[in-house]
Amino acid sequence: MNRRVLLIEDEPNIIEAISFILSRDGWTVHTHSDGETALDRVRAGTPDLVILDVMLPGRSGFDILRDLREGDDTRALPVLMLTARGQTKDRELAERLGATRFMTKPFSNSDVLHTVREMVGP
Amino acid sequence: MISFNLLVVIALAYVAFLFLVAFAAERRAAQGRQAWLRSPLIYTLSLSIYCTAWTFYGAVGYAARSGLEYLTIYLGPTIVMVGWWWLLRKLVRIGRAQRITSIADLISSRFGKSTLLGVIVTLLAVVGTTPYIALQLQSVTLSVAVFAEGSGTRWGQADLARAALWVAAGLAVFTVIFGTRTLDANERHHGVVMAIAVEAVVKLCALLAVGIYVVWGLAGGIGATLERIDASTVALWTPAPGRWVGLILVSAAALITLPRMFQVMVVENDDERNLGTASWAFPLYLLAMSLFVVPIAVVGLDLMPEGSNPDLFVLTLPLAQGRQDVAVLAFLGGFSSATSMVIVATIALATMVSNHIVVPLWLSARQQGATMTGDVRYVVLVARRLSIAGILALGYVYYRLSGGSAALAAIGLIAFVGVAQVLPSLVAGLYWRGANRIGAAAGILTGLVIWLWTMFLPSFGEGAVIPAHVFAEGPFGLAWLRPHALFGIDGIDPLVHALYWSLLLNTLVLTIGSILTFPTPLERLQGAQFVNVFEHSADKAAWTRSDARAEDLLMMAQRIIGATEAQELFRSEAARQGKGGYLPDVTVDFIGRLERQLAGSVGAATAHAMVGQLTEGASVSVEDLIAVADEAAQIMEYSLKLEQKSAEQERTATALREANEKLTAISIQKDAFLSQISHELRTPMTSIRSFSEILRDGEVDPEARGRFATIIHDEANRLTRLLDDLLDLSVLEHGQVTLNRERGTLEAVLDRAEAAVGPAVKLVIRRRRSAEQVPLETDLDRLAQVFINIIANAAKYCRAEQPELRIVVNSRADRPVTVDFIDNGDGIEADSQKIIFEKFARLGDTRKAGGAGLGLAISRQVMEALGGAITYLPGQGGAAFRVVLPEAARLAAE
Repeated sequence: MNRRVLLIEDEPNIIEAISFILSRDGWTVHTHSDGETALDRVRAGTPDLVILDVMLPGRSGFDILRDLREGDDTRALPVLMLTARGQTKDRELAERLGATRFMTKPFSNSDVLHTVREMVGP
Repeated sequence: MISFNLLVVIALAYVAFLFLVAFAAERRAAQGRQAWLRSPLIYTLSLSIYCTAWTFYGAVGYAARSGLEYLTIYLGPTIVMVGWWWLLRKLVRIGRAQRITSIADLISSRFGKSTLLGVIVTLLAVVGTTPYIALQLQSVTLSVAVFAEGSGTRWGQADLARAALWVAAGLAVFTVIFGTRTLDANERHHGVVMAIAVEAVVKLCALLAVGIYVVWGLAGGIGATLERIDASTVALWTPAPGRWVGLILVSAAALITLPRMFQVMVVENDDERNLGTASWAFPLYLLAMSLFVVPIAVVGLDLMPEGSNPDLFVLTLPLAQGRQDVAVLAFLGGFSSATSMVIVATIALATMVSNHIVVPLWLSARQQGATMTGDVRYVVLVARRLSIAGILALGYVYYRLSGGSAALAAIGLIAFVGVAQVLPSLVAGLYWRGANRIGAAAGILTGLVIWLWTMFLPSFGEGAVIPAHVFAEGPFGLAWLRPHALFGIDGIDPLVHALYWSLLLNTLVLTIGSILTFPTPLERLQGAQFVNVFEHSADKAAWTRSDARAEDLLMMAQRIIGATEAQELFRSEAARQGKGGYLPDVTVDFIGRLERQLAGSVGAATAHAMVGQLTEGASVSVEDLIAVADEAAQIMEYSLKLEQKSAEQERTATALREANEKLTAISIQKDAFLSQISHELRTPMTSIRSFSEILRDGEVDPEARGRFATIIHDEANRLTRLLDDLLDLSVLEHGQVTLNRERGTLEAVLDRAEAAVGPAVKLVIRRRRSAEQVPLETDLDRLAQVFINIIANAAKYCRAEQPELRIVVNSRADRPVTVDFIDNGDGIEADSQKIIFEKFARLGDTRKAGGAGLGLAISRQVMEALGGAITYLPGQGGAAFRVVLPEAARLAAE
């Protein structure tokens, strides 16, 4: 089992933390920190799962999510939205746009791990 | 011999009869049945106030002394009525169009509603008319005295004076009652006009009766009378052409300019067409009045004893022959002549005095008075009544002062020449648009002065007012100013001399004055309206053709008075014509109605021009345009006021909207700010929590453990810094900052800032240390904080291959020190330049080195607290900031 996660996040320390957690669990973690080119990166990498931050340089995570849900090849792709703003309206927006799961920062490592595992399935 | 008492009773009965006539006429007028009150016949008879006691009694005396010369007094008016009807028609038209109330009002209105001219003409009229009124009082008292003498009592001066006083008082009462009963805007007095028409009939009948009696009863028929005339001294008289022409001219002028004549001819006139009848009927009346003058004079000279006064032949001749009935009739004729003149003249003068002197004085005495209309009405009425009493009192005083008949004999002509001074300005005002106020005032004053000097003052007799030597040598030895020989031209008849010189110089000064000076806009406008009164007077209901289509008229009307009202007007007219729908037949009558309706909205001139365009295809004249422009200016002024008001409301609404937007924006900003803070706090906390969990769970190799611990440490620091910044900003924003002033140099502060950003940054900083030797005294830490922010920003955001920052210090003596920081990156877009000093205004989400987007916001607050400023410098290539050091920070060079 070699599942691939694409982590789209611009905070270096958070990238390191999530990468560490998931790698240790056996995931192959790719990272990308620019909003503008994120969509191309998803299409090129065909990951099993995407972890998407909201506040990204160049383009907002919500916009990227919308595009993902409109593309035929990415419509069913599991997406975990992460946001540091943590407001209700952000969560609602994420769900409306078709996020598979939504988590606020700061998160507990085990929650992230469990969520990611659930999203991809056995 | 008829008793004196009976005569008084007859006179009083006659007066009572006149009162009744006047009351009846007023009542009929009040009931609206005034058609025949205003008939051409009544109008013509009212004009007969031209014939005063001076003509009634005096003409015979005149003929006895100067033969046919008395005819000139009748010829002048005849020429005017027959030959100058165009001038009279214009006068009457203007009088109605402009609501002229007197000759002073006419002149004042024409020359830009000039107050000065109104006063001048009024004073001229009073000065010219007062002796004339005195003359009437004298004639009445003399005629009464004749009867008194007949009944055995010889009257002394005191008796005469008492009689004059009673007559004057009685006339004042009558005039006050009928002249000021109502305050009609048009100054029409139906009762008075009716009474003087009756008096006109009485005096004509009286004179004819005396004449017939004299010719057939005394002389023995026409043939015998003509023989007597041939034999008398009257036949020896030969006319002097210059005097004749002068007399005809002055009496013609008098018909137009005498205040009382203007009153009946223009002010009291309801209908221009009356003039048509009067133009032949009034000369006929004058002819009838003059028919028996010479026979009475000749027979009187024959039959009456030597030395009897020919001025009273009309009365004394029948009396001497024992025909008391004829004598009483003659007395009533003379009485009528005198009273009708005095009444109308007094009304005319009172109107002028109150309108041009009393009311303006009253209004200027109380600044805000004009708004209280009821008050003004009352004041005007009181002013009228006082003026009437005052004018009659003046006439009485003049009568008493002048004493004898010597001065009074020539008074009629003197008054004629005096009021004739208005003629040049009047005629010029009607026919020459260039005539202006200054010219008119100067001309009238010139004429007035010459008249006073050459005619009025000398009339009191040599040595009475003007010393005898002045007559002979001129004032101050100036021979060319001698009253009867102006400019050294001697030997002319005094009347002709005064008349020609005064009118000539009057006209000359008027012309020159008008050419040399410029009229005011109001004068130009009034000038156009007077001169061209026939082109656009308001009552040009004489729409002769009606070529317009109802549709066009309706469209125009809708545009002016609105669709609903216009359609209603047209529908009602159509219904009146028995038609359905909105399109009536276009009749002349309907066009007139439509025009009046439109005039209510856009003014008379504009309405007339617009209707004229449609109905007659008339081209609009310049005068029409002037009138239209005048109205438009008034309307524009009104709408300008409205506009200003609505602009004000607009501004208030905008201000409210802006305030509301600001509130909303503040609330949104607050949300955004909290959301931003949340993000900035949660991000480091995320790393801290995540790595601390990893460390807690164990199974981490020592190398990684050390790195994770460092991250936790750094992020904790970042949190602290953020909280510090927030607190710092909060303090700065609320102005609670304490400054720690120190001395140092700009160079040292910049060194500190550069060091704080750190040598690790690959940004190259270029400085010119020689320029940085500026001694400062301020909070150096705070200043360094600002510099650090700017340098750190450059380090973070300058995307150039070889990032470079130039620090340029400018410290010229006469202005504040500036420190510019210019990098070689892409700069900041114009849109963003405005917001970079706002909190969290991080552009492009470039978050490195832990900036929370508060740096520039804090820098701005710091600079404000220090008394300086920080601004963005556009157009420098890269991003460029200018820090302006506070003036106080700079220490004088030591």
